[in-house]
Amino acid sequence: MSFYEEVYSSYKQFDCQRFFDRLTDPEIRRIIAKDRLTGLDYLALLSPRAENFLEEMALKAHRLTVQQFGRVIFLFTPLYVANYCVNHCLYCGFQAHNRLERKKLSPAEVEAEAGVIAASGLKHILILTGESRRESPVSYMQECVEVLKKYFTSISIEVYPLEEEEYAALIAAGVDGLTIYQETYNEEAYAELHPAGPKRNYRFRLDAPERGCRAGMRAVNLGALLGLHEWRSEAFFTGLHADYLQNKYPAVEVSISPPRMRPQLGGFQPRVDVSDKNLVQYILAFRLFMPRGGITVSTRERAELRDRLVKLGVTKMSAGSCTAVGGRTAADGATGQFDISDERGVTEMTGMIYSQGYQPVFKDWQML
Amino acid sequence: MIDSLVIGGREISSRLFLGTGKFPSNRLIPEVVAASGVQVVTVALRRVDLDFEEENIAAYVPGDCILMPNTSGARNAEEAVRIARLAKAAGCGNWVKIEVITDNRYLLPDNYETIKATEILAAEGFTVLPYMSPDLMAAKRLAEAGAAAVMPLGAPIGSNRGLRTKEMIRILIEEISLPVIVDAGIGRPSEAAAAMEMGAAAVLVNTAIATASDPVAMARAFGRAVEAGRTAYLAGPGETRQYASASSPLTGFLRDE
Amino acid sequence: MFIILNGKITKLPNGCITINDLVKRKKWNQGSLIVEYNNQLAKKDAWPSIILKENDRLEILKFVGGG
Repeated sequence: MSFYEEVYSSYKQFDCQRFFDRLTDPEIRRIIAKDRLTGLDYLALLSPRAENFLEEMALKAHRLTVQQFGRVIFLFTPLYVANYCVNHCLYCGFQAHNRLERKKLSPAEVEAEAGVIAASGLKHILILTGESRRESPVSYMQECVEVLKKYFTSISIEVYPLEEEEYAALIAAGVDGLTIYQETYNEEAYAELHPAGPKRNYRFRLDAPERGCRAGMRAVNLGALLGLHEWRSEAFFTGLHADYLQNKYPAVEVSISPPRMRPQLGGFQPRVDVSDKNLVQYILAFRLFMPRGGITVSTRERAELRDRLVKLGVTKMSAGSCTAVGGRTAADGATGQFDISDERGVTEMTGMIYSQGYQPVFKDWQML
Repeated sequence: MIDSLVIGGREISSRLFLGTGKFPSNRLIPEVVAASGVQVVTVALRRVDLDFEEENIAAYVPGDCILMPNTSGARNAEEAVRIARLAKAAGCGNWVKIEVITDNRYLLPDNYETIKATEILAAEGFTVLPYMSPDLMAAKRLAEAGAAAVMPLGAPIGSNRGLRTKEMIRILIEEISLPVIVDAGIGRPSEAAAAMEMGAAAVLVNTAIATASDPVAMARAFGRAVEAGRTAYLAGPGETRQYASASSPLTGFLRDE
Repeated sequence: MFIILNGKITKLPNGCITINDLVKRKKWNQGSLIVEYNNQLAKKDAWPSIILKENDRLEILKFVGGG
């Protein structure tokens, strides 16, 4: 059994609109006051009606987050090691049709980038590749990990979906975290947005986080790319997916990301607008639904907004990001996967976090 | 709203389950069943006393009840499986309460053997309700093994000490998707009500009813307490705190949008 | 002849050849009995045809009150 059969199927035909229409203010208040929320309670907090209760939700989300995590924000940074890609995701700057210089870092280049990042003090890194089993096979990822191990105490991957044994091999090499976004949980939209390439396989991607859990990943991070489909249902399914994994694999640290689409090469326009208010509602509702779930917010978001989100349930932020392969060491400006929005460096981010009475954490843990 | 408890595909009308041990006379049992409205009734399987003619307990349990034999006396999974199979073969239906006990002082269940027995019997098609120590990991394994519900103890069997394991049971109720039935330890109707208010699916009571001065009246009291507790749970707790939001310190920035 | 009846070595009464004979002789209430013969359940309709032998293990069980 998987998330698809156990959970997704039972809500696939669910009439959210009808459910939203019937909600009342007292119900929303009662849900906010509950200690433990059901899946439908979570959906209720994602409703248009719950928009009138954001401050109440924020107060509780803040309290729960401080209670569970303390006043800390974990910092990490992404490292794009390769951008070869055989997929045709309509919304992605790195998709196969787009003309840009394709590149893959050599171990020496990985080391150079690692040196620059490590000098900023960061200890957690997320390595990214496009989907190309030929250019970026698992063995290549292992080579990168070998180099990065010297500089970082925690290495996560955000790569194409792998088989369980492949995840296990990467874990053996030193990887401890897996990030994989479903992009959209809606099967029809998914098919439309991924017209060709191995990524068309919705189920193989959907089950990837669970394969990672089974392989022994310490942390697994999920998400839907906001802007591709109706955000309330995307947020709902992301939360249900996280809850499913957390219940089934209690030892894994499950977290979510609510990434909003950013301008990218190819100029795909978001199909739905997701406002700051919507994003905040999603983060708050998720925090109330999963008090111990991690919430990661990347540099896709503006600095001013990220500053506000520190107290609203977020637990992890990227800093000093660069979405181009080798972008930290290259002299010329290579093309990134998308434009980042918060361009502050690690020092600035650290200062901002301290100024809010929080502590930035570079090193969460280390396997001995 | 229909509030039904479904276990093993059967809709159960009463959330009070009754144990039939220790009654001053088996003849009280039909009255106790009638007074409390119970539908699920447990019995045990024992060697016949070869020298005395004994009553057949099953004869005192009304026909519309679900007879749930327990595996008391079993000290390991194999013995529990053997007892369950015998009981089923003897016409007891396919419900079974797994009870594996090796500790004679507190009569605490052996979760490990209980999980093994549950796995075997669930695979054979039994509706398995394991009696257990309220441990989250054990409960998850029981769920994986195919249990139809889990039955954590509130306090040692027959102790009438109440919901001593309340916090652990609360965690099971939150984390386990199976019905959680509090079995053992409940000594008073108020404790049964408290378990139900907390979200327990049902409670199993034996000693507190059987050893009351008036078992029939006590059974009636328990039946009502369980209903009251369940109703309170469904009614939903009132708001325990109000968040004033006049100044919107955390989300005020969104108004500028 | 001796059999092991409910864990005890017991002399089989004269004239008792089958399980059915024994149950009748002992005047046990047939309706509620569960009989295990050499670790196998013996259904009631098989009682007349099971011929007891030396050292057979017989468990005579019944339902009693229990929680």
